[in-house]
Amino acid sequence: MPVATQSARFEELILPHLDAAYNLARWLVRNGTEAEDLVQEAYLRAWKGFSGFRGADGRSWLLTIVRNACYTWLHANRRQDLAVEFDEDIHTRESTRPDAERLVAESSGRQALEKALAELPAEFREVIVLRELEELSYKEISEIAGVPVGTVMSRLARARARLQLWLAPRTREEA
Amino acid sequence: MRCEEARPLIDSYLDGELDLVRNLDLERHFENCPDCAPARQSALELRSAIRKEIPYFRAPSGLEKRVQAMVREQTRAATPRASMLSWRWMGAAAAVVLVLFAAAGLGRNWLGSSHQELVAQEIVAGHIRSLMANHLSDVASTDQHTVKPWFDGKLDFAPPVVDLAQSGFPLVGGRLDYMDGHPVAALVYGRRLHYINVFVWPSTESESAPPTSQTREGYNVIHWSHAGMTFWAVSDLATDELQSFVALLRK
Repeated sequence: MPVATQSARFEELILPHLDAAYNLARWLVRNGTEAEDLVQEAYLRAWKGFSGFRGADGRSWLLTIVRNACYTWLHANRRQDLAVEFDEDIHTRESTRPDAERLVAESSGRQALEKALAELPAEFREVIVLRELEELSYKEISEIAGVPVGTVMSRLARARARLQLWLAPRTREEA
Repeated sequence: MRCEEARPLIDSYLDGELDLVRNLDLERHFENCPDCAPARQSALELRSAIRKEIPYFRAPSGLEKRVQAMVREQTRAATPRASMLSWRWMGAAAAVVLVLFAAAGLGRNWLGSSHQELVAQEIVAGHIRSLMANHLSDVASTDQHTVKPWFDGKLDFAPPVVDLAQSGFPLVGGRLDYMDGHPVAALVYGRRLHYINVFVWPSTESESAPPTSQTREGYNVIHWSHAGMTFWAVSDLATDELQSFVALLRK
C-alpha cells in the first residue's frame, strides 16, 4: 500500500477511535499519564501493523492492541490487578457487604460505583467498560480480550453481581 | 419457560444478545411472572447507574496531537527510500526545479516556452533553494567591500555590489550559484524578515533592457539588463517593495 494511501486509511479507520482507546487504557491502568503513554505506544504499533489490517472494524482492532499494551504494563507493574482466578468463594456477599456499606457511607453514590468498578480485577473491569461504555457486542469483546464468548458472559455476570452489591445498599437507603 | 431458565438470560436479553426465539420466550415469561420482575428491575437499574455514574475518559487534547504527530512522522519516515536517494543525488536544485515544472507545467507546452521563462523558473528555484538549504551566503557580510573582492577569482566577471542599508535593504552577503548554464553571482539583501536574491551574470544581449516584473509560485521576480550584465531579483516581498529595491539598485 502506498504510504499516502496507508496514511489516509489510517486516519479514516483508526484515528477516530482515540477516545475509545484512551478510555479503555485509563480504566485498565487507572492512571492518566500511563494511559496516555500506552495509547500512544499502541497507536505506533497499530501504524506498524496496519498493512496487515484487513477488517472493516478499526475500533475493535485498535482496542485489541491497546488492551495488549495495557496488560503488558499491568504484568510488569501491577500484577495484583490481574484476576487470574477471581474466586466467588473468596468474594462472597457476606465478606464484601460491610465493605460496600462503608464505601457508600464514605463517598457519594457516584464515586461509590466508580470506586467499585476500579477495584474489580482488570479482566472484569474491562468487560464492563467495553460492554457498558463502548457498547460492544459479546463477540467483539471476546475478540478484543482473546477469550470465548462464554467467558465474556460469565465475566460480565460476575462483574455485574459485584457492582450490584455496591448499588444495593444505596437503593435500599433511597427507598 | 420457567424462572430458573429465565433468570440467567436476563443480562443477555438486556444486552440484546439473545436470539429471536429465546427473546420472545423470555418476554412472554416476564409478562406472566411477577417473581422475575425485581431481578429484571435491578439489572436495569444497574445499567442506568453505570451509564450515569461511570465516567467515560475522553482523550486529552495533548494526546490527540501527539498521536497525529506520530502518524505524520511515520508517514514521512516511510516515504520510499528511492525518492530520498534521488533527492540526495540529484540535489535539491534539480528536485525543486522539477517540482516547480510539475506544478506550473500542467497543461502548458514547455517546448514552446521562451528561454526567459525557463531562466525565471531557475531563478525562483535558486531563491527557494538558498533559503531551504540554509545556504543563503558563502560570504556573509554587510560590507560591500568584503563581498565584492570575495567574487574575484571565483567568477570571470565583477558583479556590481552596492549596499542599500541606508534605504532599508541591508546587504546580507554573497554566494556563487549556477544559472542558465553558467556560474553567476548571487547577492543577498535583507528586508525585515525577508530576503532578496539578486542574480548577476554577463548578458548575452548587447542592449540594456528595462525591468520587467512577474510573479511565479508566489515569488516576485524582476529582470533587467544593464551595462552588459543581466540581473534577476527575486523575493517573497510585495511587488512594489521589490520594484523600489530594483530602482535603488539601478541608480
